[in-house]
Amino acid sequence: MSNNSILGVFAKSPIKPLEKHIRMVTKCCGQLPAFFAACAENDWDKAAVLRKEISDLEKEADSLKRQLRLELPGGLFMPVDRADLLELLTQQDRIANKAKDIAGRVFGRQLQIPESLQEDFNQYLARCIDAAEKAADAINELDDLLETGFRGREVNLVAKMIHQLDQIEDDTDSMQITMRANLMAMEATLNPVDVMFLYQIIEWVGDLADLSERVGARLEILLARK
Amino acid sequence: MDILISHGSTLVMIAAVVGFFMAWGIGANDVANAMGTSVGSKALTIKQAIIIAMVFEFAGAYLAGGEVTSTIRKGIIDPSYFADIPHLLVFGMISALLAAATWLLVASYLGWPVSTTHSIVGAIIGFAAIGVSVDTVEWGKVLGIVGSWVVTPLISGIIAFVIFNSAQKLIFDTENPLRQAKRWVPFYMFLAGFVLSLVTIKKGLKHIGLDIGTTEGFVYAIIVALIVAFIGSIFIARLKFNEKADKRHHYKNVEKVFAVLMVVTACCMAFAHGSNDVANAIGPLAAVVSIVGNEGEIVKKSALAWWILPLGGLGIVAGLALFGHKVIATIGKGITHLTPSRGFAAELAAACTVVIASGTGLPISTTQTLVGAVLGVGMARGIAAINMGVVRNIVVSWVITLPVGAGLSIIFFWILSSSMS
Repeated sequence: MSNNSILGVFAKSPIKPLEKHIRMVTKCCGQLPAFFAACAENDWDKAAVLRKEISDLEKEADSLKRQLRLELPGGLFMPVDRADLLELLTQQDRIANKAKDIAGRVFGRQLQIPESLQEDFNQYLARCIDAAEKAADAINELDDLLETGFRGREVNLVAKMIHQLDQIEDDTDSMQITMRANLMAMEATLNPVDVMFLYQIIEWVGDLADLSERVGARLEILLARK
Repeated sequence: MDILISHGSTLVMIAAVVGFFMAWGIGANDVANAMGTSVGSKALTIKQAIIIAMVFEFAGAYLAGGEVTSTIRKGIIDPSYFADIPHLLVFGMISALLAAATWLLVASYLGWPVSTTHSIVGAIIGFAAIGVSVDTVEWGKVLGIVGSWVVTPLISGIIAFVIFNSAQKLIFDTENPLRQAKRWVPFYMFLAGFVLSLVTIKKGLKHIGLDIGTTEGFVYAIIVALIVAFIGSIFIARLKFNEKADKRHHYKNVEKVFAVLMVVTACCMAFAHGSNDVANAIGPLAAVVSIVGNEGEIVKKSALAWWILPLGGLGIVAGLALFGHKVIATIGKGITHLTPSRGFAAELAAACTVVIASGTGLPISTTQTLVGAVLGVGMARGIAAINMGVVRNIVVSWVITLPVGAGLSIIFFWILSSSMS
C-alpha cells in the first residue's frame, strides 16, 4: 500500500546534501594550516597523518557528490535548474580536490616554505580558506532561499555574501602578487626545482579562493534564472 | 422483473454489503492521499491523523456527500433505457461495485496508486456499454466527468500557486516572517473554514432535510469560518517559540505557526475527501435501493434512503480504523522534505477544489486534485524536488484503472445476470 500515496511525488531535497557537501569541503581545506605548520616544523609524521585526513575528507566529499548526482535523476521538477545545481556541486568539489593536491604535492616533495616567507604565506592561506568558508555560508542560505521561493530579501542577503566573497578573492590576489615578488627576490638562494614548486603551491593555494569565488558565481547564476 | 420483487431485499442486502466493502476500501486506500501531507510534514502524529480523518471523513460523507451520489447514481447512464429491464440495472450496479472494490483491493495490495472515482466510473460505463448496449451510456455526461478529471487538477494547481505565492509575499519575504505568520495564518484558516462550510450549507444539508437560503448560508458560513479562525488564533497564541533572534530559528518558528494551519487544512482535506469519494461506494447502492424500493420502476427523482450516507461514512471510517494506520505508518517512514508551510497550500487548494467540484455534482478524483495542487506549489518554487516519474506512474495508473474497472464489471455482470435469470 506504500506507493499508493501522493507522497511518492516528493523527491528528496537536493539542497540539504549540497550544504553537507560544502561543509565537508571547507573542513577539508581547514586542515591545511595545521598541515603546513607540521611541515614547517619538519614533523613529517604528523604531516603524513594530516595529509591522510585531508585526502579522506576529499574522498568523503567525493562520495557525497556521487550520491547527490544519483539522487538527481532527470525527471525531477525543481525550483532551480538541474544543470545549474550539478554545476554548482562540481565547483564545490573542485575546492576539496585542490586542497588534496596541495597537501599531496607538498608532502611528496617534503617542500618547506622558506622561513622569511612563512608569516605572509600563513596569512595568505588563511585568507584563501576564508573564501571557501564564505562560499559555504552562502550555500547554507539555500534552505531559506527555498523557503522564500528565491526572491526578495533573502536573495539580496546572498548577493551581499557573494559580493563579500569577491572581495576576499581580490585580497588573495594582491597577497599572491606580494608573495611572488618576495619569492622572486630570494630565488637565487634556493634550490631551483623547489622554487618552481613553491610558485606552483602559491598558485594552487590562490586557486582555493578562485574556486570558492566560482562557487559563488554559480550560485548567482542559479538564483538569476527565475 | 419478478426477480426484483421476489429477491428484492436480498439484492439490496448484497448491494449494501458490497457498497460497504467498497467504502471500506476507499477509507483504507485513500487515507494516505487525504492525510499524507499532514503526517509527512509532521504537523500531525499518526494517531491524530486517524482521529481527524475519522471525524471529518464521516462528517464530509454525511453532510456533503449527497450531490455526487446523485451523479454516480443516475448521471452516467440513461435510466430511461432501463425502464423495461430494471433488474439489469440492479445487477449492473452491484457488479460495478464489486468490480471497483475488487480492483481497489488488488491495486492496494500491489501498492499501485488508483483512483476510486475512476474505478467506479469505469465500472459503470463498462457494464452499461458492453453488458447492455452502447446507447445506455450518457456519453455527453461521461465526457463531462472525464473532462473534469483534466480541469480539476488544473484549477487546483492554479489555486495552490496563488495561495503559495500569497503566503510568500505576505509572510516569508518580509522583515519579520514570524509576526506576519501570526497575523495572516488565521486568515487562511478563515478561508478554509468559509469555503468548506459554504458548500456544505448550500449543497449538503438538503440531503439531511435542512434547506437554508443563500444569504443565510453566507452568514452562517462566515460565522463558522470566524470560529475556525478564532480557535486557530488561540492555538497560535499558545505556541512556544524559540525566541532566538537569528534567522534560522525564525523560519523554524514560522513553520510552527503553519503546523497549526496544517491541522485545519487536514480537517478540510478529510472532509472534502469524504464528501466526494463516499459517492463512489454508495451511488450504485442508492440506485439499487431506489429501483427495488419502487418495485422496478426507475423514477427520476427520489430521495436518498436515510441509511445510505451513514453506511458509506461508516464504511470509510472502518477502512480507516483497520488499515489507515498501516498506510500512514509507511508514509511516516518514507518521508519527505515537506514542511507545513509548503504542504498547507497544496492541501488547502485541493480541498477547496474538491469541495467546489463536489458541489457541482461532478465525481472528481481527490488524488488528482492533490497531484495538481502539489505541482502548483512546485511551480511557485515551493517544493525542493518533485519526482515527475512518480507523477507519471500515478497518471498511468489512472488511465489503466478505467478499462480494468470496466472489464471486471462486465465479467461480474455476466456472471450475475446468467445466474439470476
